[in-house]
Amino acid sequence: MSDIILETRGLTKHYGGVQALDDANFILHAGEHVAVVGDNGAGKSTFVRQITAVEQRTAGQIFFDGKEVSHAGPLAAREAGIETVFQTLALADDLDVPSNLFLGREIFKFRLGPFSWLDRKAMRDRTMEALKTTAVKIPNVDNPIRNMSGGQRQCVAIARTAAFASKLVIMDEPTAALGVQETAQVENIIRGLKERGIPMVLVSHNLRQVFDLVDRIVVFRRGRIVASLKRDETDGNDIVSYITGVKGSADGAYA
Amino acid sequence: MSKPTSQPTGTGGQKYDATKRARANEWNIFAALVAIVIVFEVLNRVNGTSFLFNLRDNVPGLFNQQRLDIMILQVAITGIIALGVTQVIILGGIDLSSGSLVGATAMITMSFAQTALVNGNPNPKAVFGPEWMDLPVIIPIVVGLACGIFAGLINGMLVAYTKIPPFIATLGMMVSARGASRWWSNGTPVSFPTETYATVSNGDLLGTLTFGLLHWDGQNPAVVFVALAVLFQVIMIYTLYGKHTYAIGSNEAAARMSGINVDRHKVLVYTIAGMLAGVSAVLLTSKNLTAQAGMGMMYELDAIAMAVIGGVSLSGGRGSIVGTVLGAAIFSVIISGFTSIKLDAYYQEMVKGAIIVGAVILDQWRQKNRTRG
Ligand SMILES: Nc1ncnc2c1ncn2[C@@H]1O[C@H](COP(=O)(O)OP(=O)(O)OP(=O)(O)O)[C@@H](O)[C@H]1O
Ligand SMILES: [Mg+2]
Repeated sequence: MSDIILETRGLTKHYGGVQALDDANFILHAGEHVAVVGDNGAGKSTFVRQITAVEQRTAGQIFFDGKEVSHAGPLAAREAGIETVFQTLALADDLDVPSNLFLGREIFKFRLGPFSWLDRKAMRDRTMEALKTTAVKIPNVDNPIRNMSGGQRQCVAIARTAAFASKLVIMDEPTAALGVQETAQVENIIRGLKERGIPMVLVSHNLRQVFDLVDRIVVFRRGRIVASLKRDETDGNDIVSYITGVKGSADGAYA
Repeated sequence: MSKPTSQPTGTGGQKYDATKRARANEWNIFAALVAIVIVFEVLNRVNGTSFLFNLRDNVPGLFNQQRLDIMILQVAITGIIALGVTQVIILGGIDLSSGSLVGATAMITMSFAQTALVNGNPNPKAVFGPEWMDLPVIIPIVVGLACGIFAGLINGMLVAYTKIPPFIATLGMMVSARGASRWWSNGTPVSFPTETYATVSNGDLLGTLTFGLLHWDGQNPAVVFVALAVLFQVIMIYTLYGKHTYAIGSNEAAARMSGINVDRHKVLVYTIAGMLAGVSAVLLTSKNLTAQAGMGMMYELDAIAMAVIGGVSLSGGRGSIVGTVLGAAIFSVIISGFTSIKLDAYYQEMVKGAIIVGAVILDQWRQKNRTRG
């Protein structure tokens, strides 16, 4: 009955002495697109890594799709329906586009444990489809992606996420390395997700983009959530003053 | 916002095709093989001899069968190890233990392959009592594979779960396994296998084959090598195992984030490499009819050299089984070639070292030219 798709309570992550994430309380509603902004090192990627179970949190709770979850690893999180574009992209440079799209979720002709036979044609066909629907332009999908430009590689990672999106999409600075044209394309993909009703967390430094795309903006500063503002009730200056610490104490803010 | 106007997918735009480019690499290696053979043929002709061909009238055959046999045997025995080492390197690791594993496995395997009576007398090299002799041939073979698998499993677990660098883990295994083979041998070789065990390598699995003027017999190790090479080439290209091996070698963190069980896969790859060292040990002892503690010495470097010459990148993620097979052929031709022009063994070893370093330099150079953006 609740329309909350993702909630964190007191989510905390320490790296040795570094408090990268401290007591983060965050809520994402069904169909909602939320931006996460903040300075470099504010803890945005750390937040993403806890939700996607790439790392195990120090403390706190995560509720996803109505249940408290404690995913063992990124595969478990993905199988639960969380698709992610990591800041580091998580691509294998020596593999071609279909292999990257289907890395860790290959399609098989028949199964035989580790020696399961890959259905390369099916994966290639579905890759072409995915690229078509996301309007990502890749000259030759059979190239190892090492030979592609930074933007094209980023597009592969985004196409992978968009193609498999189900319950929640997280993108950590998806347009960081992209040109104007490619950025526009990615923004179209994000709008497509919104139309499909798929909720999303978008980490971005680009405030213009954030105001164009999302419903709500959450500001991180020094590992804490310091503000959660509806897009229509705030503006760029307001956000910047939260990011830089002119506004908002780190205490008691609730996203 | 701008609507994407151009065709989003398709193969237009760029002229080259990646699969062709990748294959071109292996064609280059093949061309190098041919070139090297020609060089040695020319060098031999200068001295009035021949590298490949039979110039003597009192011996039949077009080719220098003796030399071919030696080369084929060398490619086969070390090449089987190289098949495993190739997979480990593509995975982003390294295996320095394979030569010592051959030594230890050879000793243990041979002990289970002994015959009770040699020319009517009790076997002078007997390791166990008579009830452990004249065993069916399958027993030493299984023992050999099991030894290799066991050692490979330890390698894999060390690398995957203790996170020590593969170089150190397999170096430890290299030293320990050599120690184990010395301990087992106690200074004496283990010899006199059963007749059936001797036929494993010396028999004719495919009968005597004649391809035109090329004549072939008693080369079971080569048959096994080719069969294993084909098997693993197929596995590396068409199965999940291969895909994940390349993915991990290419970007381990990405493989982990994609949900691949990286640690388990590493254990599997190192185990397969160990098993292949076991196969090699069985074939080698069966060929030589004896096992000594020093067997397989430095084979690990030969195997790594074969892989690197064959275009397998030491930084992981790139290379192929086919490349390694070609690399093995080149390696063997060079060694035989130096013998054929009567270069001293010392020089041979020095050159071998230079070849390994040269191949790595070439790989790094290739890498620099390949990456852009
Ligand atoms: N694996 C790690 N070990 C130690 N410290 C880490 C680790 N990962 C992140 N940190 C630290 O945690 C803090 C938060 O890092 P994080 O990557 O989450 O920042 P971010 O908000 O994503 O920044 P950016 O905008 O630059 O991507 C930083 O101080 C960083 O140095
Ligand atoms: Mg970040």
